[in-house]
Amino acid sequence: MSGHGTYHFKNPVVRWFDTRLPVFSLMKSSVTDFPTPKNLNYFWTFGGILTFLLAVQILSGIVLAMHYTPHVDHAFESVEHIMRDVNYGWFLRYLHFNGASMFFLAVYIHMFRGLYYGSYKAPRELLWMIGVVILLIMMATAFMGYVLVWGQMSFWAATVITNLFSVIPFIGPTIVEWLWGGFAVDNPTLQRFFSLHYLLPFVLVGLVVLHIWALHVPGNGNPTGVEVKSDKDTIPFHPYYTVKDLFAIIVFLIVFMGFVFYAPNFLGHEDNYIPADPLVTPPHIVPEWYFLPFYAILRAIPNAFLGVVLMFASIFILFLLPWLDTSRVRSGTYRPMFQVFFWILVAVCIGLGYLGAQPAEGGYVVAAQILTAYYFAHFLIILPLLGIFERPRPVPTSISESVLGKGESGARAQADATAAPEHRG
Amino acid sequence: MAQTQAEHSQEPTRRDFLYIATGAVGAVGVAVSLWPFIDQMNPDASVEALAQVEVDIGGVAAGQSITVMWRGVPVFIRHRTEAEVEAARETPLDDLPDRLARNANLPEDATADDENRGVPGREEWLIQIGVCTHLGCVPLGEQGDFGGWFCPCHGSHYDMAGRIRRGPAPENLHIPEYEFLDENLVQIG
Repeated sequence: MSGHGTYHFKNPVVRWFDTRLPVFSLMKSSVTDFPTPKNLNYFWTFGGILTFLLAVQILSGIVLAMHYTPHVDHAFESVEHIMRDVNYGWFLRYLHFNGASMFFLAVYIHMFRGLYYGSYKAPRELLWMIGVVILLIMMATAFMGYVLVWGQMSFWAATVITNLFSVIPFIGPTIVEWLWGGFAVDNPTLQRFFSLHYLLPFVLVGLVVLHIWALHVPGNGNPTGVEVKSDKDTIPFHPYYTVKDLFAIIVFLIVFMGFVFYAPNFLGHEDNYIPADPLVTPPHIVPEWYFLPFYAILRAIPNAFLGVVLMFASIFILFLLPWLDTSRVRSGTYRPMFQVFFWILVAVCIGLGYLGAQPAEGGYVVAAQILTAYYFAHFLIILPLLGIFERPRPVPTSISESVLGKGESGARAQADATAAPEHRG
Repeated sequence: MAQTQAEHSQEPTRRDFLYIATGAVGAVGVAVSLWPFIDQMNPDASVEALAQVEVDIGGVAAGQSITVMWRGVPVFIRHRTEAEVEAARETPLDDLPDRLARNANLPEDATADDENRGVPGREEWLIQIGVCTHLGCVPLGEQGDFGGWFCPCHGSHYDMAGRIRRGPAPENLHIPEYEFLDENLVQIG
C-alpha cells in the first residue's frame, strides 16, 4: 500500500494531486497493476461479489431508513408503508431483504473456498481471522435488521437471541436487561437495534479494508496453493480480474434478481407478516435460513448453557483453524483424504441447516447431536490427524507448471499463460 | 549516549512517577466518562415506573387461566383444580430437574415443593411469569406431557406447578413478588 513515487502520471492535474495525496498511485498499485495469480478459478470471484453486495446493502439500507420508523407502534406499519406507498419501496425493501440472504450465500461459498484451498494457512492467518470477525459482525447486523420489521418472527427471534446471554453465570440476567433496556424486548430494544443496524455496516466497510489490506501483503492464494514464484505466475488485476469479477457479479445478479422479482418472500417466513405480539409465541420459531445450522447446534444440547457455548464455539473454532490444520500442503487439490472429509463437512453443515428448521424433538435432536459432534470433530480431531497420516499428491513446482503442464516452460509458458488463465484451475 | 544509559539504570525518577500518575488519572477519567454511555442502555425511569399491577381474579373459575402483562412480560394466573393441586403435591422432589422454588416471595434456597410455589391458604392459585426459562418464549397452557405448560420453541415441559420436568429449560417458571390484597384482588410486583 505504499505506492509512492513509483508511478508517473501524464495528466498534470492527476500528477499534482498524486504528489500531495497518492491515492492514484495507491489505486494503481493495489487495484489496476496488482499482480494476481493467473490460475484463479471462479470461486475467487466471491470476494468481489461480496464487496458489491455490501455496497448494495448500504445503499438500499440508507434509503429505507428515510421511510422507516423505529417505534413499536409504527415499525411494522412503516414497513408496510414502504411496501405499498413509497415509490419503488417494494423493490428497495425486497432488494435489502433478499440482499441479506445473498450476502450469506456468497460469504458461505467464500468461506468454503477458503476451507478447501487452505486459504487460512501461513502467511494468511490474520486475513482469515479478520474474515471470521467480519462474519460475526455480519450475523449481528443481519439479526438486528430482521428485528426492525417487528413482525412475530422479528420479536421472537429478538427474544430468543438476546436470552442467549442470560445463561452467562451470575451476571447473565443483568446483561440481558441491559441489552433490552427493560424487562422484555420492547421499544428501547427496537430503537437501539435500529441505531446499531445502521452503524455496523460501516464497521464492516472498515473491516473489509483491513481484510483486503491483509490480502495484499502476501497476495492472493490460488487453487494450487503454491506461492507466486515469478512474474510469469501473475497477471495484472486490471483488466483480467476486474472483467472476470464483473462477469461473476452479473451472473450472481441473475440469481439475486430472480429472488427479488419472482420469489421475493421465498427465503423469508410468512409469520413475519404478522405484527409482533409479546403474548403469543409462534408455534414454531425458526431463524432465517442462514442461521439454521447454528440454531440446530444450539438446540441439540439439552442444557441451555452448553448449547449456547457450543453455538458460539462453532464459529470461534474458526479462529484456531490455521493452527488446527497441521498439513503442510495448502491446497485441498493435492490432499486426497482431506477432500473426502471436506465434502462430508459440507454435507454436515447442510444437514445441520435442515435439522435447524425441524421441530426440536425425537430423532431430529439425536441427529443434530451426531452432526454437531462431527462438526467439532472435523476441526479438533480430523484436521490435526490428517496432517500426520495423509500422503498428499505431488505439488507442482510453480503456478505456471500447473497451468501448462510439465516440460513446457520459458518463453512459451509466458506467452500462453495470459491467453488461457482459466484452465486446469 | 553513555550518559542516557546511565540515567536509565538509575532509580525511578520524579519524571517516571509523573508519567505513571498522569496515565493512571487519564485511564480512570476515561473509564468514568464511559459509564453514562453504558448505563443509558439500562431500563429507564419510565420502564421502572410500570413495576406494579393489580389484577381482579374474581371471575377466574377453577380450571381457568388468565394472562396479564407485567413489566412487558406475560404473567400466568391459573386457578388450579383440586386434582391438579393433588397431583403436583404428590410429585417427589427427586423427579424435578430444578429443586428450587424460584419464588420471589420466599428465600432463594426454598425447595420446589408445591407448597412453595404458592401462598399458604391459597394453594389453588398459581401465579408465575409466563416466560420459558430456556430462551424466553411464552409457553402454552394445558399442554405438554405433564399437563402443565409446554414451550413450543425448544420443547420444554412444565408440570401443574410450573416446574420444569423435561427439555432444555434449566429452571422452574419464575414466580414474581405478589400479594393478595383481598379475596379477589392480587397485586403483582
